Amino acid sequence: MIEALPQALALLMQPQTVMVGIAAAMFGLFVGAMPGLSATMAVALLVPVSFFLEPVAALTAVVMTTAMAIFAGDIPGALMRIPGTPASAAYVDDAYQLTRQGRPELALGICLVTSAIGGLFGTAVLILLAPRLAEIALRFSGMEYFWLVALGLSCAVMVAGRDPLKGAVSLLVGLFIATIGQDVTAGHPRFTGGISSLLSGVSFIPAMVGMFAISEILRNLPTIRNAAEVQVRRLGSILRGTGGVVRRHPVNLMRGNVIGTAIGILPGAGADIAAWISYAVGKRFSRDPDRFGKGSEEGLVDAGAANNAAIAGAWVPALVFGIPGDSVTAIVIGLLLMKGIQPGPDVFLFNPEQIGALFLAFVIANIVMVPIGVVAIRLCAKVLLVPRPVLTPLILLFCMVGSFAIDNNPFALVVMAVMGILAWLMEENDVPVAPAILGIVLGDQFEKHFMTTMMKGDGSLAFFVSRPIAAVLAAVTAAVWIAIVVGLVRRGPVRLGRGGAPAGGLHRPPRGEDGGRGR
Amino acid sequence: MLTRRTLGRLAAAGTTALAAPALAQGQWPARPIQFIVPWGAGGGTDYHSRTIASLLERELGQPVTVVNRTGGSGVVGHSAIAEAAPDGYTIGAVTVEIGMMHWQGLTRLTWRDYTPIAMMNLVPAGVQVAADSPWKTLKDMIDDIRANPGKYKSSGTGQGGIWHLAIAGLLQSVGLPPDAAPWIPSDGAASGLRELVAGGVHIVPCGIPEAATLLRAGRVRSLAAMMPARVPAFPDIPTVKEAIGSDWTLASYLSVMGPKGMPAPIARRLEEAALKAMASEEWKKAMDARGFGLNPMPAAELAAFVEKSDRDLGGVMKALGLAKS
Repeated sequence: MIEALPQALALLMQPQTVMVGIAAAMFGLFVGAMPGLSATMAVALLVPVSFFLEPVAALTAVVMTTAMAIFAGDIPGALMRIPGTPASAAYVDDAYQLTRQGRPELALGICLVTSAIGGLFGTAVLILLAPRLAEIALRFSGMEYFWLVALGLSCAVMVAGRDPLKGAVSLLVGLFIATIGQDVTAGHPRFTGGISSLLSGVSFIPAMVGMFAISEILRNLPTIRNAAEVQVRRLGSILRGTGGVVRRHPVNLMRGNVIGTAIGILPGAGADIAAWISYAVGKRFSRDPDRFGKGSEEGLVDAGAANNAAIAGAWVPALVFGIPGDSVTAIVIGLLLMKGIQPGPDVFLFNPEQIGALFLAFVIANIVMVPIGVVAIRLCAKVLLVPRPVLTPLILLFCMVGSFAIDNNPFALVVMAVMGILAWLMEENDVPVAPAILGIVLGDQFEKHFMTTMMKGDGSLAFFVSRPIAAVLAAVTAAVWIAIVVGLVRRGPVRLGRGGAPAGGLHRPPRGEDGGRGR
Repeated sequence: MLTRRTLGRLAAAGTTALAAPALAQGQWPARPIQFIVPWGAGGGTDYHSRTIASLLERELGQPVTVVNRTGGSGVVGHSAIAEAAPDGYTIGAVTVEIGMMHWQGLTRLTWRDYTPIAMMNLVPAGVQVAADSPWKTLKDMIDDIRANPGKYKSSGTGQGGIWHLAIAGLLQSVGLPPDAAPWIPSDGAASGLRELVAGGVHIVPCGIPEAATLLRAGRVRSLAAMMPARVPAFPDIPTVKEAIGSDWTLASYLSVMGPKGMPAPIARRLEEAALKAMASEEWKKAMDARGFGLNPMPAAELAAFVEKSDRDLGGVMKALGLAKS
């Protein structure tokens, strides 16, 4: 890895890559700061552009865009109590309260600095841990992947929301959608209704754009006319006072880093869930838990670091296992394949320069985030003044273009609309959407690894635990389900990690902007 | 996909409107040529096609636009080439699957529905095993499978895919049932090889270039090449004939063809341009970069190769019960 660094740097410093990186940073900031546009959508919109880019430039664009978008989501959150991305939803009340108390600079400053530190921590883990995980992962066969996928799906149910029963229902909805199309082993068409566009399954990007963006538009439609115009006054120095806050809470910062990275690595849980859990844990261990939700600096440090740490963490399973750590890396895997980079344990063997360049891109993205972020906070304050009746149709237009662009197939618009309405209905009934999304992403793999392992074991179920790593993963998966069932039986509030704070009980987030969504 | 395809269409539409019909035959090529690829962007076929398209552009003095028409396991793209007007403005990549799909009843198209132009490459199948496999030679492997039919699993592509036929044909050629090393479907050679290294399967009979990086890294070994002669890039790998005396050979192929009924002068011009392109330094470098060999063939040779491949594959597919016709 180290010996590839000079080539990696050379790859990264090519004019095309630098230009693309700068453009992507701007794009990410814009998208992140626009309510209704998520980091995932931003990356999805990058895909058609990336056809024309070198592999390293394409990956740099993704890294820049996500890092900036997750941070920028904090800006409208703090200024208007509208989280720009769901990853900012956990602590939106704290940031907004600080603004109401006349300290918007401090709120945004904390968000910016902790984002950068969290991002760097996650990157360090990615660099140090990913190659080691790769050595272990070379011993992973379909059997182990099956359990890994099962574990990811199970965790999504556990952490997705207030009610695990609804999380499980959501997961099953996603898994059902994943069964649409040709059977992964035998090629038999299922639930296609004779529609040839469904033969290759429900296209993932339009489904996700629908489930996130269209449902958001539908939800906001009734209030679009009476949305209050936001007053944004001139901001003072953004970084003043921030350093002190961050230094006063080193434990929170470190905890946010670790939780964020760990959850990011976990297949299927991304920045939003990381922020929620870190926030919950932070409240549990705080000496001043009552301030949470009312402008707690601690809460901002905990969750602000966690969501950015999760971004890099999510790349660990994506690169090493070819399993997405979150919805952004789900798209990244497709991008890698398109560029002839096969994600997997051997990616470090085959593409050391490109992976080195990717790591460097992460480091640079998180460092330049601070100066660019300061400028962006000032600019975004103005962009947010676009009236909602103008903004909403524009968002809808972006969604349609993005969905259509993926397959160049008008049927994608139908998928987008149907999934948008489905997600809207689910969220209106407090059914979290994240497990369903994960079901759609991982359903194919879940089925494929199950089927091929059955074939390898000549139909024996005992074969599934016949290798040590598989047996351990199976035991962990079983433990997750026991925890879920015990929680259900007790009928107590859902517990998040060791934190013990009920997910929705801290403060009820704005409807639908709770932890149950991707970004 | 949007952008390339749409740009291609716009370009084609624009130039069609401009070009007077009379010009179409006289001064070919008078407008951009569309090059259809039935497989996804980034794969081996796409790579060959994009490389040759850029070189043909130089030879012919007109843009050659690559369009990926994926779906239906290759049927969509292959049909699009066959059904295009045979005016030389639509050509494409025709791959080994054209000799498989009609046996499976997926399409009625065969190689006879095309005008052969030139062979781009052969991808010779090899018998790959993990570095720590107890089998040192192909004979070890065959003997073990003969003693324990069904015990050892093979993988490397989907059910009934080209590499599945490679191992089935090999086993059949030495008097074993074609399913004596049961097939585990996978997304492609890469995920099959990953399973092989992890110990999930025992044999991956995929293309040797596909295994090249793992071969060089010492993670897998190739027991034999399914070719009449040793592969120049891998001179240490014996042929199947040398190893066990069987005559079985199999190579996946990638060729350039146009729709049936292309005017002979245009087909000849394209053939010359393609062969010239494949003799260039750029082509050699591009093939080297991805571990592919150099196997250009003129149209007549291509037709004979494709006919034999079609017949061989049909025989194996019938034995495996995969053929419907």
